[in-house]
This record gives sequence, C-alpha cells and structure tokens, in this order.
Amino acid sequence: MITQFLFNGVDRRAGFVLALLVGIAVLVPVLHLALPPDSPLHVPNYAMALFGKYLCYALLALSLDLVWGYCGILSLGHGAFFALGGYAMGMYLMRQIGPRGVYGDPVLPDFMVFLNYKELPWFWYGFDMAWFAAIMVVLVPGLLAFVFGWFAFRSRVTGVYLSIITQAMTYALLLAFFRNDMGLGGNNGLTDFKDILGFSVQAPGTRAALFAATALALALCFWICSAVVRSKLGKVLVAVRDAESRTRFIGYRVEHYKLFVWVLSAMMAGVAGALYVPQVGIINPSEFEPANSIEAVIWVAVGGRGTLFGPIVGAVLVNFGKTWFTAAMPEVWLFALGALFVVVTLFLPKGIVGTVQGLWRERAERRAAGLPPVLPNPEPKPAE
Amino acid sequence: MTQARAFLAHLLVLAALGAALLLVAVAVSRAETDLKPLVDALGGKDFARTEAAISALAATGDPRVADILRDLENRDLYVRKDDGSVVRSDAKGATPEVFDPATGASLGTVPKAVLDKISVNNRIRRSVAAAVGTLTLLNPDPAKRRAAADAVLKTRDPATIPALDAAIAAETDDGVRLRLEAARGAAVLNSDAPAADKLVAIEAVQRLDAREALSVLQQYAGADDEVGAAAKAAIDEVNLTLVFWDAAKNVWFGLSLGSVLLLAAIGLAITFGVMGVINMAHGEMVMIGAYVTFAVQEVIRTSMPGLFDYSLLIALPLAFLVAGAVGVAIERGVIRFLYGRPLETLLATWGLSLILQQLIRSIFGAQNRQVGNPSWMSGSFEVGLMQVTWSRLWIVVFALCVFFALMAVLKKTPFGLQTRAVTANRPMASAMGIRTPWIDAMTFGLGSGIAGIAGVALSQIENVSPNLGQGYIIDSFMVVVFGGVGNLWGTLVGALTLGVANKFLEPYAGAVLGKILVLVFIILFIQKRPRGLFALKGRAIEA
Repeated sequence: MITQFLFNGVDRRAGFVLALLVGIAVLVPVLHLALPPDSPLHVPNYAMALFGKYLCYALLALSLDLVWGYCGILSLGHGAFFALGGYAMGMYLMRQIGPRGVYGDPVLPDFMVFLNYKELPWFWYGFDMAWFAAIMVVLVPGLLAFVFGWFAFRSRVTGVYLSIITQAMTYALLLAFFRNDMGLGGNNGLTDFKDILGFSVQAPGTRAALFAATALALALCFWICSAVVRSKLGKVLVAVRDAESRTRFIGYRVEHYKLFVWVLSAMMAGVAGALYVPQVGIINPSEFEPANSIEAVIWVAVGGRGTLFGPIVGAVLVNFGKTWFTAAMPEVWLFALGALFVVVTLFLPKGIVGTVQGLWRERAERRAAGLPPVLPNPEPKPAE
Repeated sequence: MTQARAFLAHLLVLAALGAALLLVAVAVSRAETDLKPLVDALGGKDFARTEAAISALAATGDPRVADILRDLENRDLYVRKDDGSVVRSDAKGATPEVFDPATGASLGTVPKAVLDKISVNNRIRRSVAAAVGTLTLLNPDPAKRRAAADAVLKTRDPATIPALDAAIAAETDDGVRLRLEAARGAAVLNSDAPAADKLVAIEAVQRLDAREALSVLQQYAGADDEVGAAAKAAIDEVNLTLVFWDAAKNVWFGLSLGSVLLLAAIGLAITFGVMGVINMAHGEMVMIGAYVTFAVQEVIRTSMPGLFDYSLLIALPLAFLVAGAVGVAIERGVIRFLYGRPLETLLATWGLSLILQQLIRSIFGAQNRQVGNPSWMSGSFEVGLMQVTWSRLWIVVFALCVFFALMAVLKKTPFGLQTRAVTANRPMASAMGIRTPWIDAMTFGLGSGIAGIAGVALSQIENVSPNLGQGYIIDSFMVVVFGGVGNLWGTLVGALTLGVANKFLEPYAGAVLGKILVLVFIILFIQKRPRGLFALKGRAIEA
C-alpha cells in the first residue's frame, strides 16, 4: 500500500526533480573525490560543504512549504524543529568524542566537565548509539510538533495568531537553550566533533558521503511530499488551505489533517537539521532565532509556495545570494534581503517557479486553443 | 488639715526642685573645672582604662566632650611623656604645636619625640560612638539626634539607658522618639532587666524598619523563655512585613515592566486591531523614536546645552511625527497592496524592518548610542522599604498618559469614531461614506507615531542600538494577542498582567525561565481563548 502510495506520487515533473537530485548526490562527490584538484571540473572542498548546507536549507524549505504552501499554516518557528534535529545529532556526535576531549573525560563532554557535572544527565542516555540518535532526530521535533499542533489546531488557532505563537515557541526554546543548566552546552552549543559512525567528520570521504546523504534525503522527502500532495489527503489539505470552514462543514476532521502534515513537516525539518550539523561542525542556540525561521519562509516565498520544486530553488538561490553578498558587500545584504521580502510579496506572490509554471501552462492552453501567444508586457486595455 | 498636708507637699516638691537645680549647677561647674583629669585619664596604659575614661567623660554630659572624643577617634590626641597630660596636635614637623583638648587653647610647641599617640581599636571606636551618641541625643538639630539614636542603637549598651530615658522625655520629634525608644529597647534587651521590661522593649524595637528590627531581634529569638518566644513572634511579624514589601517591590517592578510593554504594544494594538495588519516593522518604529531622541540630544548638546532638561519634551512630538511619517509611507507604499493577505503583510513588513535596521546602522553606526537622562529623571527616592527610580516612575506615568490620550482620541474625536467604525465593519463603514483607505493610512500613522514616542521613553532605560526594536516585537505581540485584538483595555490589562507575572516568577524561576514560563502560559492561554482576554464579539466564522 505504501509503495503504491509512493509510486502514485511520481509524475513526469517529480521524476525529473528526483533524477536531478540523485544525479547531484552521485556526481558532486565523484567530481570531488575522483578528479585531481587542478581539473576544471573538480569540486573543491569548501564548495561542496557550502552546497551541502544549501541542500539542508532546501530540505527545511521543502518541509515548510508542505505546511504553508499546501495547508496554509504559516510557521514562523520551523527553525525550532530544524535546531532540535540538529541538537539530537549534535548530542550523538558529542558522545562519539569519548576521551579525546580537552579534559579527557571518557563519558562527559567537555562543557559538562567545565560546568562541574558529576554524571551524564538522563536525557543524554542512549545518544552514544547511532540508531537511537537517528530515531530521536525525527522523534523529538515530531513530538513537539504533535503536542503543539494538537493544542493549537484543536482550539482552531489559525492565521496570523498561529504564526505568532509558533514564533513565541521558537523564542521560548531559544531562551531555554541559552541556559547553561539545560545541560546542552548553553550559548556555546555543541561543537568540536570528531567522528560520525566511526569515520572522521573532517575526512574528504566522510564529507562527500554526508553531501550525498543530504541530497538523497532531500530526494526522499521530495518524493514523500510529492506523494502526499498528489494523494486524496493532499487534496483535502489544499481544501483546508483555501476554505477551512467549508472543508469542516463538508465533514472532514480538519485538525487531523493539519496535525498529520504538521508533524510530518516537523520531522523533515529535524532531518534537515541533523544533516546540517555534521557538515557545519557546530549547533548552538542561535539556530532557534526567530529571524532564522522567517528567513526560511522567504526562501519558500521566493521559490514559489505551493510547488514542491520551488522551495528547493528558493533556498539555494537566496542562500547563494547571501553567501555572495555577505562576502562582497556585507552592508548591502540586509537591504537586499529586506527588499526581497517586499518585492516577492508585492510582485511575485507565486514565487519564481510558480510564475514560470503559470506562464508555461497559459502558453500550453493558448496553443491548445489555437490562440496566438501573449506578447510580453501587453498594454493594458482602457476600461469600457 | 488637708490644706496643711498640701502645703507640706508643695514645700517638699519645691525643696526637691531646689536641690536638683543645685545639683545641676554643681555638675555643670564641676564639668567646667574638672574635665582635665578625666581627659588625662584617656591616656591610660591599656584599652580598658581608656574605655573607662570615655564612659566617665560621657557621664559628665559636658558639651565639649563630644569634640574631645571625636579627636580621640580621629587619632589626634597624644600623651605628653614629660607630664602625662593629654593634648591635641596634628604632629606635623619636628616641633608640633599642641592644644588643650577641652578648651582648644594653644599650649605652645613641644618636640615631636615627647608626644605619644593614643592608640584606638574597634572597641574604643564603638564606645566613642556610643558616648558621642548619648551626648548628641539632646542636640537641637533633629537630624543629628536621629543619627545619635542610630549610633546608640548599634551599641546596645545598657549603660546608655538613663541617657536615652532623658532624651525620650525631652524629645519633640515623633520619628526621632521612635528610634530613641527602639534604641532603649535594644539596650534593655541586652541588659539583665526583668522579662516584663524586655517584652515591652521588643515591641519598641519592632516599630523600627523591618531589616533593622530583624538584626536586633534575631539575637534573642534563640532564648528558651518568654522573651525568646516574644522575640520569635516579633521576628515572624517583621518577616511578614518584609514579605509584604517584597511583594510590593515585585508589583512595582512588574508595573514598570508592564508599562514598558504597554508603550511598545499599544501602537501595535491599533494597527493590528483596526486593520488586521501584522506589522513586524513595529519594533523599528520604536527604534526610530529612540534615535530621534538621540539626534535631538546631540543637537542640544552641541548648540544649546541649557535646554538639555527639555530634550525629551522636544523629542516627543518629533519622534511622533517622524515615526508616524515612516508609518504612513509604509502603509501607502507597501501594505495597502496586501490587504486581505495577512501572512504576506507579515513577510513584507519583516522585510521592511530589516531595511530600516540596516538603514539606521548605516547612518548612526552599529554601536550603542548614549541617551542621557534629564535631571528630573535621574536619581531615586524611597517608599517604605523599596527604592523607586524617577525614570521608572515617569515611564509608568507616561505610559498611562499615552494610553488615556489614545483612548480619548478613539472615543471623543471624529477620527476615532471613523476608526472604530472601520474596525467593526469595513464594508459598512465604506458604504456610509467613510474613506477607509485614508483611515487606514492615518491609523497606521497613529500606531507608528505612538511607537515612536514609546521609543523616546525606552531610550531612557535601554541601550539605543539598531536592534532595540527587535527585543520588543515578540513581547508586544504576546501582549496584544493575550489582551485581545481590537480592545485597548485588553492591551492595558495584558501588558500589566504579563509584566507583573514576569517579575513574580523571576525570584523563583530566574529571569530566563520566568520568561519562558510566561511564553508557555500565553501559548496555552491562546488555546483556551484564541481571541484573547477581551475579544470583540462578532459573527464571523474566521477572521
């Protein structure tokens, strides 16, 4: 049944995106590892690390698009799920350091020795095992999303109210994780990682594998999202987005649909965070900043919400722009980002992919109807 | 018969009075003449003798004794080795001049080697303080009497009781008498007086400030008799007062925080309530107001320093106009194209907030800017056991003024009427001939302008930096959402409740955890009442 569900999720366009992502997952590591550094096609280390980061952001954007683009829930706190997934991974990586820390304690991470912890806090148990950490990466964000969504959707908190309390949620977590007595590294966070699954995180092979894993995870999540939105469930989600009350009156349990897609999205964001941490080498509370979550929203808006390919394009493009701007002219970056928010909401409400798709579809329909193609920038007709 | 007895009594009283007068006269004359041997006794070989001499001097009641004892404390008294007398000198040079301590008359110069400084330890200092205290208990200046009573209170010396009794009888100032009685009480507690006296003494001590009373009483609470029990009961009572004042302090700090939240949120309440517009750039309006204050103060500092005390009054209208103008520009330029799309408005205004922040950073620099307090806003005063700073008090007053002014604008002016009409039913208001786009622009301008004057107030207690507004945006939203949209009273109640709740949680949970708890509480509260405390009643299914 699940395979059926997944296979129904792939049409020609989704298949193309999946092939592209798998291609990237294979090609980039190969170009990085197999070609000599002086070859023009060689992918240097920093570029692969950078694009690995972009792909993590793309996965976060994809998860956000699933709730915002298809269900109308604008989350300003998806960064929280991303960071929780990242912390779960970070805790695993901390436990892998073992006695190689600065203080050489076989069990306790450095910051705990520094803060005079006598023994491991209970919530650190199990994180020395990769499978446990992997479960936690999806379970912790999923659980938070479930509890939060259960209360919020049941009492019909919608629209901007929901957006604001998601923001309050990530803000509260930001404050909590900044505390040293949380037992999660305080404002320094978790860093100084050594090994992942027995391989050094610095080794080129591991980095290439992490990149491939990120691209494949993105492909898998894309596939799942595609299957969800093309199923009957997906149709109900769109109905909720466009006319929530009407959908409820027809007899659908709106909050169940919302809760399902909300938790699924949070889990994907958690996976994105978990893949982000070993590639960046640090996780700290600033990932919970409300500003980060809002920035993720603009990736989706730029790429095109309500299309699954859009957020991927948006996340890569905006972050590429950010990298370029902050290096070339840092003082202009915030102007550019701010202008992007304004311009996209005013002039490109469907985003890049959505707009292109719209034009494409219009052209195809016109051709089918035997009409001439629309000239670019037609003069407005006077009102009659 | 009775007459004869009365006469006899009168005679006796007169005789007693006469005798007393005579005694006093003798005492005074003796003091004038016999101070010298007592002063010379100060130069005793050990501290015990010096202390005894201090007591003897204090017992004379001579007004000059206080000065002599102060000299002793300042280590200006020396023993002349040649004749054993005590003299005052600064001991400067090879042959310093020496003076008589009592009269101050010069006694010529002596070689420095002859002088031997009278050493002083803490015990001596204490007895000097007590002696000077008892001596100044009858000083004509009430402030000095009060200080003297406090000095005696610290010593708890039973020997001071008679002096205190005399002082209490002569005292005219109630505040000073209270402290005198407390000092007497402390001394009685320290003496071997009967338990009944001590019980009275505890009551006297208890009338002191709570903390002072506690420090006196704690020493006697351990005793296993009725005095100990009474002391314990008194301590409990005093602790209750302390708890009360702690609570009062929390309420005050909470109100102060709440009024800051109110200032930050009230403009938001208007734009959000009237237009349903989430203005994420609201915090930046606050920041602009703070920077206007900074600019005004800079101009005043450089060109007319005399006006510095009026800088805030000048900045208020300017901040309102500047922030209001920016608000109107935002509404006309961006927001009006996005009506009916609240989520997009949220994103666009967030973008605007980034632009405004960077703009201010480019103009004024990223570092914190110093905004000075005018003289009438600096300093503090005490109410009971808590300190109230003037700046906080003015901000509370100011926040309430702004609130009620805004209330008046909305309730009493035609503009307010139209605004409320648009809030209640936009299509209907439009059909009745109200220019809703104009009302939108003006309302947005008003909300932003109020954020601007909030910035003037916040510049007094916060660092003025480009990030000033960001710290308030989430809190302001919480206030508005908690209080209920479209109702200013809700904003007032919401702001003050959250402020007080925050401050009450802080001692138990710490500042950060307290804030987290408040956020979690609001998140849960919205589940229960999704439209806030004071929700507007309506028939719409969804906003």
